[in-house]
Amino acid sequence: MRKRADKVTGAFSRRTFLAGSAGASLVMGLGMVLPGCSREEAAKDIASIAASRSFAPTVWFEIDSEGSVLVNIAKAEMGQHVGTALARIVADELGANWDDVAIKHVDSDPKWGYMVTGGSWSVFTTFAMLSQAGAAGRTILCEAGAALLGAEATDCSVEDGVVSGNGDQVSFAEIVKNGDISRSFSDEELTALPLKPAAERRFIGQPTQARDIPVKSSGEAVYGIDAELPGMVYAHPLMPPTRYGSTIKSIDDTAAKDIPGYERTLALTDPSETLQGWAVVIAADYPSAMKAARVVNVEWEPGPTADVNEADIVAEGVRLAADKGSGTLVVDDGDVAAAHASAADTLSSTYTTSTVLHFTLEPANAVVEFVDGKCHIHSGNQWQSLILPVLSKALGMEETDIVIHQYYLGGGFGRRLFGDPMIPAALAARELGKPVKIVFQRADDSRFDCVRSASIQQFDASFDADGGLTGIEHAAAAGWPTLAMAPGFLADGVDGNGKYDTFSISGGDHWYTLPNHRVRAINNDLAQRTFLPGWHRAVGPGWVGWGVETFMDELAHKAGTDPVEFRLAMLDASGKNAGAAPHAVGGAARLAAVLKDVRDRSGWGREMPDGEGLGIAVCHGQERTMPTWVACVAHVAVDGNSVTVKKIWQSIDCGTVVHPDGAMAQAEGGTLWGLSIALHEGASFESGQVAERNLDAYTPLRMADVPELDIRFMPSTEFPTGLGEPPVIAVQPAIGNAIFAASGVRVRDLPIRL
Amino acid sequence: MIEFELNGKAVTSESAEDTPLLWVIRDELKLKGTKFGCGIAMCGACTVHIDGVAMRSCITPVGTVASKGVTTIEGLSSRAGKALQEAWVDEQVPQCGYCQSGQIMQAANLLENTPNPSDEQISDAMNGNLCRCMSYTRIRRAIKAAAGGEGA
Repeated sequence: MRKRADKVTGAFSRRTFLAGSAGASLVMGLGMVLPGCSREEAAKDIASIAASRSFAPTVWFEIDSEGSVLVNIAKAEMGQHVGTALARIVADELGANWDDVAIKHVDSDPKWGYMVTGGSWSVFTTFAMLSQAGAAGRTILCEAGAALLGAEATDCSVEDGVVSGNGDQVSFAEIVKNGDISRSFSDEELTALPLKPAAERRFIGQPTQARDIPVKSSGEAVYGIDAELPGMVYAHPLMPPTRYGSTIKSIDDTAAKDIPGYERTLALTDPSETLQGWAVVIAADYPSAMKAARVVNVEWEPGPTADVNEADIVAEGVRLAADKGSGTLVVDDGDVAAAHASAADTLSSTYTTSTVLHFTLEPANAVVEFVDGKCHIHSGNQWQSLILPVLSKALGMEETDIVIHQYYLGGGFGRRLFGDPMIPAALAARELGKPVKIVFQRADDSRFDCVRSASIQQFDASFDADGGLTGIEHAAAAGWPTLAMAPGFLADGVDGNGKYDTFSISGGDHWYTLPNHRVRAINNDLAQRTFLPGWHRAVGPGWVGWGVETFMDELAHKAGTDPVEFRLAMLDASGKNAGAAPHAVGGAARLAAVLKDVRDRSGWGREMPDGEGLGIAVCHGQERTMPTWVACVAHVAVDGNSVTVKKIWQSIDCGTVVHPDGAMAQAEGGTLWGLSIALHEGASFESGQVAERNLDAYTPLRMADVPELDIRFMPSTEFPTGLGEPPVIAVQPAIGNAIFAASGVRVRDLPIRL
Repeated sequence: MIEFELNGKAVTSESAEDTPLLWVIRDELKLKGTKFGCGIAMCGACTVHIDGVAMRSCITPVGTVASKGVTTIEGLSSRAGKALQEAWVDEQVPQCGYCQSGQIMQAANLLENTPNPSDEQISDAMNGNLCRCMSYTRIRRAIKAAAGGEGA
């Protein structure tokens, strides 16, 4: 049994003790859980959830009398090997033997606090807390071990699961069995616990194999889609012609009645209004459900966006971006209007990115059952704390009566931040009074995706008579995921007017020093009404960077300056770009450092064969408050309208690298994700729906098109920042800029089509 | 009723003959290592061996495997298959892991036919297997490592 550890001495039993970090986790949750959000709003939201769901102390790890260390992981495993990374942080400070450490992915019990896995935040937001938890454990074990050894704690050392002192040693197992491990820590004591200097770390930064990989190589890993419950039936969605506002006029299932296994078709009423005009086919098995779904005839009254096409969404974005009075001010440095009015020369450009799908290879699914007044949901999910209130509304149940059981995620990439596929299964399970498993076929998964919105960015730059850049105005219009799903996290405009979605503009607030700089974030209302915009791997910076860094290249060429030198001149780490401890030490100087590193490693400036070129771009990762410094060079060959990416270099500074091989895997995958978005992916809305619904039309990168990769992590002992997404961002503009270098053709639209 | 051999054991399916083999394996015979991805044979997550040939089980009617031998990731026991699974761990290939059963089954078929494949042969054989996490460079490396082991 787990016990609270934050209150009183004696909270630790002899068999299980907790390194009490509850206070710390709450503090960290308030201060850091969602970098980039409005802090006050985030704090309020978390606090209210904490209150309403009786936030209990968080149990990060426990040690049993065998000496086994179980680290509880409240983060989703979707390919980052997050359990390995987080457990290594705990184990390092604890002084554990890594072979004794086990990992458990936990369900959505309120005691875990605010649960979200996204934003490349997992290591960044938990590093200090888990380090303190480990250090607290080490302190307890050292003191209790010292007592057993008849030594002073200050003369003892803790390593490999053993406390040594007085010429003898005692294992964690023996201490838990025989020692006095009753000890508690105040918040102040926890925060003051000494952490290991980087040079003394045993696990952080050292090579290791990821704990989740063996079961993912043997077929034994269990994903949400593998979950089954006794007595369950299968559900297959029948989705309306629009995301919003469609209503069912009639359902005719006559033809389905001949299909063995077909049971019935249910029209769903969802009080949360997440599902509008939905029905599900119910059958004893999934193949019968698929067959029946083909012949059940549903007639809908379509919603108001049934005629909206991709071009309409783009046109609305272009209109909004061109209107200098539109949107919310995100950056307003100097006086852009004055700079523009007195400009000797100007340059304007518009960049677009198309709709992009998540296309997680594991289609949307969930298994739901109701037992003793509780709703149990089995499904891989990234943001339990976001979907629980929605489920609560949909089902008319208290959040505390809904439990989400976690599984491996067959890809997340932001799709599983919103657990909306749980809703139809939950509504059907309640109506039928038995467990229901819903599985989306691929085409329905694509139609129901919370896609990355199409985006439009307009840039207007001004130059003085000497050709010096005097200012940039930047406007970015898109559908806003945060407005749709978590409006409490919208930030306030810098002039106090309006709100904006940081996740749809981050990257515009870059680290280049400009005398005059203005950034407007604009919600594309037509996009917002037509579909549910989603957070998609690399989120805002994933498309904002396309505009910022392509425009930088255009500016450099207009100025007649080498694109690397042009950027370095503005990365002077002055003023607001100086950076600050603890998370952004060095500021723009570190971005300049990775830029120089990739310049040198790629042989920037060398003579290239005809039709080939190098392009460069940088990014600072997901947020200014969590900068991961990345610079990328792409080598492309252009032949007619065909583009071949031959090699990509990336230099990455994410501070301390916790799990080096896992970090490299994220960087490799992220780099290729960026390449895939740049050249291979791209969807569109037709008549209010995603048109490209399966791999015959939506075509992510395949093995044959993988270029040579040369990725380097900068040695660092600075605070670890995020890594799952930052390697995506600069790849796209680097490729576009390389195409310009190779062919003289400037591409401004993603996906790139020559 | 359709009888076939699954991972070396005789099994019987009660499903209709046109039922995709994938769902028979996963839901009727309860082996979950074979995955559903696209349903149109273009992602490769559902790859199994039918009489030793890599096939997409999502579009294979179970009726067509009557009296044939089907091997899934759970039953992969060939020398090449075992070498690949070891290489998958050694090279730390999987990220989310969802496609990897299919990748390994496809690669096993490649190595059984072409023990020391060239880069081009690897690309040709593996191009139909999508990895959404884009672990492609490691998949290639692991296939080469397993092939090297085979050749030794």
